Amino acid sequence: MTYLAKPTLHHPNLPTNKLGFTHRDYEGSVSTLCAGCGHDSISAAIIQACFELDLPPHRVAKLSGIGCSSKTPTYFLGASHGFNSVHGRMPSVLTGANLANRDLIYLGVSGDGDSASIGLGQFAHSLRRGVNMVYIVENNGVYGLTKGQFSATADKGSKSKRGILNSDEPIDMISMAMNLGASFVARSFSGDKKQLVPLIKAAIQHRGAAFIDCVSPCVAFNNHIGSTKSFDYVREHNDAVNFLDVISGREPITTDYEPGTIQSVRQHDGSTLRLHKLAADYDARDRIAAMNFLQERQAAGEVVTGLLYVDPEAGDLHAYLNTVETPLNELDAVLVPGKAALDKINAGLR
Amino acid sequence: MKPTEIAVPDYFHKVVDCQWACPAHTPVPEYIRLIAAQRYGDAYMINWQSNVFPGILGRTCDRPCEPACRRGRVEEEPVAICRLKRVAADYKGDITARLPGRATERNGKRIALVGAGPASLTVARDLLPEGYEVVVYDADRRAGGMIRSQIPHFRLPEQVIDEEVGYILAMGVTPRFGERIDSMKALLTEDYDAIFVGSGAPRGRDLELPGRHEAAANIHIGIDWLSSVSFGHIEKIGRRVVVLGGGNTAMDCCRTSRRLGGEQVTVVVRSGFEEMKASPWEKEDAMHEDIPILNFMVPKEFVHANCRLVGVLFEKVKAERDEKGRRNLVPTGEADQLIECDDVLVAVGQENAFPWIEQDIGIAFDKWGMPIVDKETMQSTNPKVFFGGDAAFGPKNIIWAVAHGHEAAISIDKFCKGEDIRDRPRPIVNLTSQKMGIHEWSYDNDIVNDQRYKVPLKDKAIALKDIRVEVELGFDDKLAFKEAERCLNCDVQTVFSEPLCIECDACVDICPMDCITFTANGEEEDLRRRLTAPALNLTQEIYVSAPLKTGRIMAKDEDVCLHCGLCAERCPTGAWDMQRFILDMAHVGSQVGLACQNR
Ligand SMILES: Cc1cc2nc3c(=O)[nH]c(=O)nc-3n(C[C@H](O)[C@H](O)[C@H](O)COP(=O)(O)OP(=O)(O)OC[C@H]3O[C@@H](n4cnc5c(N)ncnc54)[C@H](O)[C@@H]3O)c2cc1C
Ligand SMILES: Cc1ncc(C[n+]2csc(CCOP(=O)(O)OP(=O)(O)O)c2C)c(N)n1
Ligand code: SF4
Ligand code: SF4
Ligand code: SF4
Ligand SMILES: [Mg+2]
Repeated sequence: MTYLAKPTLHHPNLPTNKLGFTHRDYEGSVSTLCAGCGHDSISAAIIQACFELDLPPHRVAKLSGIGCSSKTPTYFLGASHGFNSVHGRMPSVLTGANLANRDLIYLGVSGDGDSASIGLGQFAHSLRRGVNMVYIVENNGVYGLTKGQFSATADKGSKSKRGILNSDEPIDMISMAMNLGASFVARSFSGDKKQLVPLIKAAIQHRGAAFIDCVSPCVAFNNHIGSTKSFDYVREHNDAVNFLDVISGREPITTDYEPGTIQSVRQHDGSTLRLHKLAADYDARDRIAAMNFLQERQAAGEVVTGLLYVDPEAGDLHAYLNTVETPLNELDAVLVPGKAALDKINAGLR
Repeated sequence: MKPTEIAVPDYFHKVVDCQWACPAHTPVPEYIRLIAAQRYGDAYMINWQSNVFPGILGRTCDRPCEPACRRGRVEEEPVAICRLKRVAADYKGDITARLPGRATERNGKRIALVGAGPASLTVARDLLPEGYEVVVYDADRRAGGMIRSQIPHFRLPEQVIDEEVGYILAMGVTPRFGERIDSMKALLTEDYDAIFVGSGAPRGRDLELPGRHEAAANIHIGIDWLSSVSFGHIEKIGRRVVVLGGGNTAMDCCRTSRRLGGEQVTVVVRSGFEEMKASPWEKEDAMHEDIPILNFMVPKEFVHANCRLVGVLFEKVKAERDEKGRRNLVPTGEADQLIECDDVLVAVGQENAFPWIEQDIGIAFDKWGMPIVDKETMQSTNPKVFFGGDAAFGPKNIIWAVAHGHEAAISIDKFCKGEDIRDRPRPIVNLTSQKMGIHEWSYDNDIVNDQRYKVPLKDKAIALKDIRVEVELGFDDKLAFKEAERCLNCDVQTVFSEPLCIECDACVDICPMDCITFTANGEEEDLRRRLTAPALNLTQEIYVSAPLKTGRIMAKDEDVCLHCGLCAERCPTGAWDMQRFILDMAHVGSQVGLACQNR
């Protein structure tokens, strides 16, 4: 961390987006994480994605649990809504918020400890319900905040900083997400913004439960030889199946590509995901095939990244429940009795 | 691109924009930090060593450093470098004990200096500690050259000149003041080992227009008039004054007139306002004293009646480009304008004149009548004779005169020792890490957003009454501190070490100016366009690393880096470090002003 606030002076020729903002306008307060932490790069990628999508910051709600990863919402989108919940409870709070006001964009930020240990149940149910959100797990294989204990995503046989081997089976959150019915599933790496930024943009534009497992090295406790979540290991074993361009609106696709190298997916909001295939026969719309592919490659020790699965026609929790479109706080006074009524109910419960 | 060779002194020197732009290469950020630390004496000595006249320059310098200052590229205005220099001079206390004093031993060599302006005085200062006998001739009775004869006292009080010129005289100059050299030939026959010509550009251009002779009594050549004012021979001017010209001399003429009885003083310039030679701040100062500046008016005639000046007639013009793109002034066709006045000051340029240098003594001149002088060594075609200041390449300014003086002194020293004067001593360069702790640096890396502070001025009514009253009051210690804090410490360099970098992107993410990119290498033109923020300022370098583990390179655009050190604070491995770059220009013996180095 630094003790200084980041200077507000910026590059004189910074590009602005449709709202007249520069990417600096999407920053939060200065990070207090360890210098070099992968989580900070993910924050930077979120900033870039929101800037590129011309999002008005006040239309975004960022929610998190506990952990270094869960601290990061403070470090981006300083002008957005935020909720820092208790450990592992982000998915429920997010679900509740989303049900109350579907107009906001929901960004859930969590860690592998927060989501794969204490919050595993919450993680599972929010996905299977199809809550319209972006759920990012900043996955470093350890509990960073509590000084580096193995988390549930640490690979069997990987070595801790103090030399101890992990004997437990890892939880693979990607496979779980696919099993649980998430309609957008991706994995990426904090050290590769070229891949990560478009994935976040696509996830934000996706309707339904979008899950991103982002490997994010913990420089303090899990970036040594023997770790499978270190910069070096991930770079060596990164097996990207595709990279993508997000084309907003209805811009024509002008460039010619070799047949079979491009898969275009039109999302419900009209944007197009153009997937450049790196693995020739990978079809990101075929869930079963994707799961097979993933199992195979993971068994071979590879870290499969890219947009692994997407269902552009997916519905979401509101559609399933047939809820009212208007946010609850904007409903008629009859349905929103106000503070006085709430105080009364609360008093009755004391 | 090839990896940047940061060991070449010029690389980091260029990053210190102000120091690079300064003809004497004064270590600006270093002295500004000392001012912030209230170490005014130390700040003064750093200046004194480099530019010899900190108190004078802190009031009058042409400040090429300020347009170069990086601060001007990241916000509105540069740091007030020049006026901070004055702060060092104003608050330094008694520094005489830190000056070199008289040499204890003579080396037996005698040098003659013609002229006692800043160029010659610099040569004297650099040579005296080495044991040279330095004989200085000047037609005037007192040393200082145009600093004394031209620059008005309301900009530069005489005590400041006396003090700083005095420091040098006290080092043991042999003065021959009040003596004009009329023959170089004769001087060469005297027993001197080398001669330095620092005689300036003493002739003011005239304007031969109709009426010039008839109205001569009220038409004055600007620089002659200013020196007569300086030396007390002239104390009054008419109520209505027209000043012709748009340079420094014109600005000094009009402001001086305002103090000698000129109530309606008008500056009239041929060209447009922007093209005027005077600096923006000089124009501002004149306008602040209620002097209108009229542009695009070409003088046609001095109108007179009964052998008395009536006024000046002007033709109105506009600027037009011809087919070749050259800018020409063409008449607008409007009626000519008469500006009535009692006196005219002609300030349309200065010229060199060397009537006292004979043609047959081995000193070659070009077709414009300028001596042929080597730009690096300052030597003329007569190996024994060196030139510097305005005499060398035409009228410039004080800081250039000083820079020439340093180079000439090095040459004279080598020449007298029988060494090759082309073999120039190199500056001393040093890089030292400023890291004190994880988030602690030995410089203040917090960036302030303050806008440039204005120097407080004397009340105008009082200032205009007395030509000796200094207009600028200077910064007090509090304002000086605030202004000093605006300095970005460009000499604290970002130094990158490839083997340490793990390519985590932390530096890229934190950098407030989007300076840093990790990307595939390429040709400079292509690379510049591919950076996080395209590097379009081609005068600024791209710092490129050798290939990293992923095969990419680190590329940093030096252009708008704030030297805030956040990249180094966020780097987990110390691949970035903030290192103070010290560049000491070589001077004769390189021991002048040693005192300020022992810190
Ligand atoms: C009105 C005016 C205002 C200026 N204001 C500024 C300013 O604000 N800032 C700035 O940086 N510069 C300013 N300048 C320019 C600056 O004064 C000169 O560039 C600088 O003084 C040149 O220094 P020098 O050592 O070459 O010679 P000079 O300062 O010109 O000194 C030459 C000396 O040589 C003497 N001399 C000449 N010939 C002989 C001879 N044959 N024998 C003996 N002695 C001789 C002269 O008497 C004179 O004293 C100004 C100039 C003018 C005219
Ligand atoms: C209920 C509860 N149990 C335990 C803790 C202690 N605790 C704080 S953070 C953390 C793990 C965080 O790990 P992860 O989500 O991976 O975040 P990281 O710091 O690695 O980014 C734990 C166990 C807690 N704060 N609250
Ligand atoms: S402990 Fe690890 S996860 Fe936490 S901030 Fe430091 S590097 Fe990041
Ligand atoms: S010092 Fe580093 S972080 Fe600061 S502006 Fe320069 S490159 Fe960027
Ligand atoms: S922060 Fe340091 S280690 Fe990380 S990319 Fe920058 S220089 Fe390399
Ligand atoms: Mg973790």
